[in-house]
This record gives sequence, C-alpha cells and structure tokens, in this order.
Amino acid sequence: MTSDTRAGWRPVTESVGSVRAMKALFLRDLKTAFRQRQDLLNPLLFFIMVVTLFPLGVSPEVSFLQQAGSGILWVAALLSVLLSLDHLFRHDYDDGTLEQLVLQPQPLFLLVLAKVAAHWVLTGLPLVLLAPILGIMVHLDGNSIGVLCLTLLIGTPVLSLIGAIGAALTLGLRSAGVLLSLLIIPLYIPVLIFGTGTVAAAGEGAPVSGYVALMGAFLVLAVTLAPFASAAALRISLSNA
Amino acid sequence: MSEPLLQAVNLQCERDDRMLFRDLSFSILPGTLTRVEGPNGSGKTTLLRILAGLNDAWSGDLLWSGQPRSHQREEFVRNMLYIGHRPGIKPLLTPMENLRALMAGRKVVSDNLLGQALTGTGLAGFEDVPCRRLSAGQQRRVALARLLIADEPLWILDEVFTAIDIDGVAALETLLVQRARDGGAIVVTTHHDLQLPSMQRITLGAGDDF
Repeated sequence: MTSDTRAGWRPVTESVGSVRAMKALFLRDLKTAFRQRQDLLNPLLFFIMVVTLFPLGVSPEVSFLQQAGSGILWVAALLSVLLSLDHLFRHDYDDGTLEQLVLQPQPLFLLVLAKVAAHWVLTGLPLVLLAPILGIMVHLDGNSIGVLCLTLLIGTPVLSLIGAIGAALTLGLRSAGVLLSLLIIPLYIPVLIFGTGTVAAAGEGAPVSGYVALMGAFLVLAVTLAPFASAAALRISLSNA
Repeated sequence: MSEPLLQAVNLQCERDDRMLFRDLSFSILPGTLTRVEGPNGSGKTTLLRILAGLNDAWSGDLLWSGQPRSHQREEFVRNMLYIGHRPGIKPLLTPMENLRALMAGRKVVSDNLLGQALTGTGLAGFEDVPCRRLSAGQQRRVALARLLIADEPLWILDEVFTAIDIDGVAALETLLVQRARDGGAIVVTTHHDLQLPSMQRITLGAGDDF
C-alpha cells in the first residue's frame, strides 16, 4: 500500500489544549443560556420573591428584619441555586452533547469546572449583584450589606460546585428534583451557617476575617475536589444510560 | 494485514439480569467497515457504547493498538469519533455554532472549513438557522458534517442512517466506503440494508439463546 491510500489511519497525536477547550465550552454554555432567557430569570425571580414576601408574611418590623435579613437572603440564594441545578447537565444529557464532552481528550474534571463556572456566572453572580438592593429592603446597614455580598461572592460558587456533584449523580433519573435536594442540602448547611454567621458577626461589630477565611477554605476545597467527584458521577450516569 | 486498531477479547455484558452477549471476540482493522447486526434490544447500541468507552458495565478485555485501553484513555478518545443515537446537537445553537462546539475540543478548524463541511452535507443556507427549526434529518446532517473534517482513524456510528433521505444515504455510503479505502476503521449499526464490499459483520442474538 502506498502512503496516501492509508491517509485514514494516521494516529491523532495532538489535540486542543485544556484551557482552550474550557473556554470554548464556557462560551457555548453562556450562548445557549442567553438564547433561553426564561431559564436564566427563574432563579433570580425566585430569589427576589422569597425576600420580598418575608416582610409581608412574617413581620415588617425594622428590628426583626435587621436581625433576620441576612439569613433570609442567604436561604433564598441557596434555594434559588438549588432550583437551577437540575439544568446544569440535563440539557446536555438529553441532546447528547454530554457524551461528546466525556469523549473529549481533555481531562473531564476541567471541562466540568468550565461548565460549573458558566453556571455560576449565570445564576450565582446575578444573585450577588442583586443582594445589595434586597439588603437595603430588609434594613441591613451598609457594613452588613458589604459583608453579606462578600459571603455570597465566596459562598455561591461553593453552592454551584457542590450542587454539580448532585446534579451529575441524579442525571439518569426521571424525577431527580427531590433526590437532588435531599443529597445536596446537608452539604449546603455548613456554607449557610458560616455565611449568615459572618454577617451576624459584622452586625455586632465583631471581626469577620476568621469567618471569611473559613469560607475561603470551603471555596478552595470545593474547587479542588468537587470537579473530580462530578466528573466521576457523570461517567457513572452515562454508563447507566 | 496490519495491526488491529481495537480488539475485543471475550466481551461480556449483562443488562437488567439479561445476558446481552458473552464470549464476544473480534478485531477492528484499519481499512475495514464493521456492521453490528441484531434485532431490537439485542445490545447493538450497548456494544457500541462499550467500544466507545461510554459504558463501563462489561467484562473481558478491550485492547487499543495491542495495549489495554484503560491504560491509554486519552490516546483512545483522541483517535475515536463517536456519534450516538442522540447526535450531540444543541437545538438553540445554529449548525455552524454546533459544529464549532463539537470540534472545539478536538482540533482547530477554520470557520471556512466548517462552512464547507456543512455545505457538503447539504446544509448550505441553513448555517445560521437555530437547529430546533431544522428537521430531524437536517439535525443529523449537522452531526454527520463532522465526518467530513474528522481525522480520527476509528469511527463508531450508531444508527447512522436514521432520518436521512435517499440521496443522503447514498452520499454517506460513498463517504464510508471511501474512508475505509483510505485506511480508516468504521463500526456502524443500522437497520438500513447496507451492502458494501468487504464488510465485517458482528451478529448479536436476541439475548435468550444463552
């Protein structure tokens, strides 16, 4: 056989670098999300509604809201992240792009990290940006609002990263919602406790650097470990498909 | 002839307490077309997903160019192209964007070349229409456009002729034959009556003859 008739069997020895592939995936996810804006608005509207309904349903007293405000905002943020988690891999799973993702030559945990980053930019970041306005609404003082935003800025990526593990694990199931919540909420509790704890400490004028450092540690742990767990979970879910 | 690309030794797979296949051994050689046959539910798709590395629920050995595949996963996925039942097309993206996204992790392709591939699969003029507005056959053609720019020596194609019209099927057959002649290895499942020279057949039973 001459060499040109064997053109089809030339091993591919190099492929696109991981960073480039991650960037492409990140941008693709943003693009698809912006073509389906309703999915983007849902968690945000939920966040706003929960926070606005609390003063109406419980008590509009300034003293109550000042005390409970940070907790209300944190719980609402946590639940709206939870609400959006099912979409993280679901569409990709349904249309087959997830299979193609798993078969890409780049390490899967890096691709998962890119997807989670896109998810955070689309859900977590808007919550952080909305928090100051809602913070004013529940009569938090300026210092507390600043600290609240900081904790949400550190905390919401942790929520997305941990949530990705649950979303990946429950992919193959028809009604994954309840199981996803049951799996993930216990893991969210430490983030919630330290998130609201930080704001409470700030409200009392106590130093918050220790709290913030601990939340930073959560974030570091989540960034380094959660993508591996999600990647493994994705492989399991696809294997059973 | 030449070294087998992929070699299966005593593959066995059980699904929902049902033995799909057992002691299945075969080699995929460069320059050959392999058709996996069998009735519905006989495990064709499962076998293809096992070969592609998507399904882990099997026992036996899979060798990639003579070495266990599990030791060289990256080598393997880089050299294998898989198109499944679900073709990996995002309904919200246009054919162009879809193709670009599918190629993004594999090799750098100019938009010009992507456009040519889409034209080659009969999608000229549809480059910028969201895929959800295309027909099922057109959506599959977007996925198949990858074949025109693919470098991978091994192609694994599940139900590749589904929803494709007569002209498209003929063109695809020609493409596959040409590819095999050029030394590529192709594994397909199809209910379409594929008659190609020098085709290897792997026949799976209905599962209950064991």
